[in-house]
Amino acid sequence: MSSSTGHDVILKLEDISKVYAGTVAVKHANFEVRKGAVNVLVGENGAGKSTLMKIIAGVEQPTAGRILLDGTEVSFSSSGDAVGRGIGMVFQELNLFGNLSVAENIFATRELTNRFRKIDHKQQERRATEFLEQLEAGIRPDMLVEDLRIGQQQLVEIAKAVSLDARILIMDEPTSALSAAEVEILFKVIADLKARGVAIVYISHRLEELIRIGDYITVLRDGRITGQEEMRNVDTQWIVRQMIGSDAKDFAKADGHEPGEEVFRAEEICLPRVTGGLAVDHVSISLRTGEILGIYGLMGAGRSELFDCIMGRHGQASGRIFIDGKPVKERDTTRRIKRGLALIPEDRQREGLVSILSAASNLTLASLSRFVSLFHIRGGAERQAVAQMVRELSIKVADPAQEVSSLSGGNQQKVVIGKALLTGPKVLLMDEPSRGIDVGAKADVFRTMRKLSRNGLGIIFATSDLDEVMALSDRIAVMSNGRLTGMFDRAEATEAAIVAASALGHGPVHGEQHR
Amino acid sequence: MTDISAKAAAPSASSGSVLLTLMKLRTFIALIAVLVFFSIAAPNFLSAANLILMAKHVALNAFLAMGMTFVIITGGIDLSVGSIVGLCGMVAGYLVLNGIDLQIGYTVYFNVVEIALITLGVGILIGAVNGLLITRLNVAPFIATLGTLYVARGFALLSSDGRTFPNLVGKPELGTTGFGYLGAGRVLGLPVSIWILVVVALGAAYLARYTPLGRHIFAVGGNERAARISGVRINMVKMFVYMFSGFCAAIVGLIISSELMASHPATGESFELNAIAAAVLGGTSMSGGRGTIGGTIVGAFVIGILSDGLVMMGVSSFWQMVIKGLVIIVAVVVDQAQRRLQSRVTLMQMAKVG
Repeated sequence: MSSSTGHDVILKLEDISKVYAGTVAVKHANFEVRKGAVNVLVGENGAGKSTLMKIIAGVEQPTAGRILLDGTEVSFSSSGDAVGRGIGMVFQELNLFGNLSVAENIFATRELTNRFRKIDHKQQERRATEFLEQLEAGIRPDMLVEDLRIGQQQLVEIAKAVSLDARILIMDEPTSALSAAEVEILFKVIADLKARGVAIVYISHRLEELIRIGDYITVLRDGRITGQEEMRNVDTQWIVRQMIGSDAKDFAKADGHEPGEEVFRAEEICLPRVTGGLAVDHVSISLRTGEILGIYGLMGAGRSELFDCIMGRHGQASGRIFIDGKPVKERDTTRRIKRGLALIPEDRQREGLVSILSAASNLTLASLSRFVSLFHIRGGAERQAVAQMVRELSIKVADPAQEVSSLSGGNQQKVVIGKALLTGPKVLLMDEPSRGIDVGAKADVFRTMRKLSRNGLGIIFATSDLDEVMALSDRIAVMSNGRLTGMFDRAEATEAAIVAASALGHGPVHGEQHR
Repeated sequence: MTDISAKAAAPSASSGSVLLTLMKLRTFIALIAVLVFFSIAAPNFLSAANLILMAKHVALNAFLAMGMTFVIITGGIDLSVGSIVGLCGMVAGYLVLNGIDLQIGYTVYFNVVEIALITLGVGILIGAVNGLLITRLNVAPFIATLGTLYVARGFALLSSDGRTFPNLVGKPELGTTGFGYLGAGRVLGLPVSIWILVVVALGAAYLARYTPLGRHIFAVGGNERAARISGVRINMVKMFVYMFSGFCAAIVGLIISSELMASHPATGESFELNAIAAAVLGGTSMSGGRGTIGGTIVGAFVIGILSDGLVMMGVSSFWQMVIKGLVIIVAVVVDQAQRRLQSRVTLMQMAKVG
């Protein structure tokens, strides 16, 4: 146990690749999981961490490569298979049944039964209590899960995974919803599991947390493993370097035009969180015509929520916004669009497109009033506008009357952009504009952003991709935990400063809002 | 011949698209099938008198089904239409017979046009109540309209203590005559109710295709969140569809009591189910976003002709129910098969493009 590689390898991934329709999520990954240790996995959003973990947990099957458990090759066709082999997982998205009790959730699919195959609720609740007491969460096993706070639900999820008696336990961002006190308890549980020889795979964005509890660290970038080290040998700089890498992406070059007058200003935007606290915490930003403002932040930093507030999607949001110096008093999305705001949402399928309508109908959905005389849609004018937008954004579509879902991801994204542009916005909000589209389409989207800003449009875009925010922005705002934690001019911005600002407000020092 | 060789060359692609075309036209094919079948099997089926009679029957369901189609396209359901039919019939009957007593010794009688407008207003009002329950109070459409189904039916029964308002001829001295025109009148040889159907159907089809409101109805049903972000006023759209559904139901209430020259409070029971059946048969997707007025009208004709034809053949009404149910199930099964085939064909086209 004292030597530098004192922990035995229990699980080994060899040359694992996973391909989804159109994108490669994991490329030739080699990953070792060691017994009685915390194996940390880090990487930016979309680097492939969750995919890799789902492969280990049997939720997804690898396209190529092999998995060795205790030195013998295995293949899991379902998560049940993996559980049978002693692999448990705490999922990032909560996989709980809100309508069932805590005990029922912990023993879901492996209910304790008596001789007559009747569920033995007493027994279940007694066993559940044991696990819950370890977590010191004050959760009673007969409570309904939907009545618990999100943090408590996360603890139930953890209790469920612990109760599996797993040899390998995967935790995907287990602390994202926990308060500082709850994190401490979780770390105690993890130490306890370690002592019992359980191999823990731990995924998190919070660097200081990783350094504190990790024994081994593996860094993923763009589906590739870029670094694998013992934690004692590395520091934050090393991790960030491995995460960011230095390979150039195809970003359109800045053309050096000067931004003009202020076109948009938001003051003291606040949005209360359902679970208490603020999802957007007194954020103020301003934007000039022809300027691109990048908002960098990790998942849950409050970027999307800020955009939602600006668009008037949350009735309980507070704060003031101004366009061209004049206050925007309209509170609903419809009239804010008329005032010159437009949003390109992060989740294209759920919020960007009406997938069963045609590409043309989607393009003009937000701007129909432009083509209407009295109440009649002038088909000619509409078709002309559609054709022009298809040409301008070079959307590859054989016939705009085609269902939009038949287009490729990049072209779908262009349809969403076109829809926003047809409303004639003064300020364009883009939430993760390059998510889920291939490299070529990304370059197209970036070029379009450049062109629009040259024509005087103010653009605010949110991203969790450092390269993107560094390359595209005139100014960079950094958000963390709902607050604005940094504002840099392009000239003075450094990656290290941005990463540091994006981690502010996380970690054990903060989070007293619970209990 | 060329057809066969083409199939041999690209078997999956071309047979797929032929099959797809057939499936898309399924309601139309079904309509032709029932027409052909009954014209052979039932004597007198094709006589002009019988066709007009059937069209009058079909029209009633077609009105309700059109309103229902818009509601279903937005992802909702309106169970209250049958009760609105009953209540609106009673409102019309009450106004013809009794007028409105002003409690100060005077009673106001309305002429037939005014009565029709008031009745339509009542239908729209109940639709607005549905809409408000759904948009403002967040009641699920199924529950909200189930509630108004009972409430409206209850008021219909209360209005006459469960009795029928008979003999709605009206009195010439009060200006309330002429109520029978809607049900019995003819213009250019066709019943008035058919003309109204044509006008309303054309209006609805125009609305669906050529107005922002129509486009928004589809967008709300296709993806409510995306529609909201695009600035569509979701609540307004939903209010409209339920009010339109109430309007259509009020028309049916007027026509039925005018045809019978009497209002019976139980009129319209289970009409909502026929309307849903016609909409679904016509290709309206219960999950929202898909459907056409034309398809719904054809669907209403298939159901109507099927039941009238079976009656003419002397098939027991019990068997009629079995047959109607099977037709609906087959229609939806074919609909699902078409979706799957469609997405396969789309994927294949995408793969070919690259």
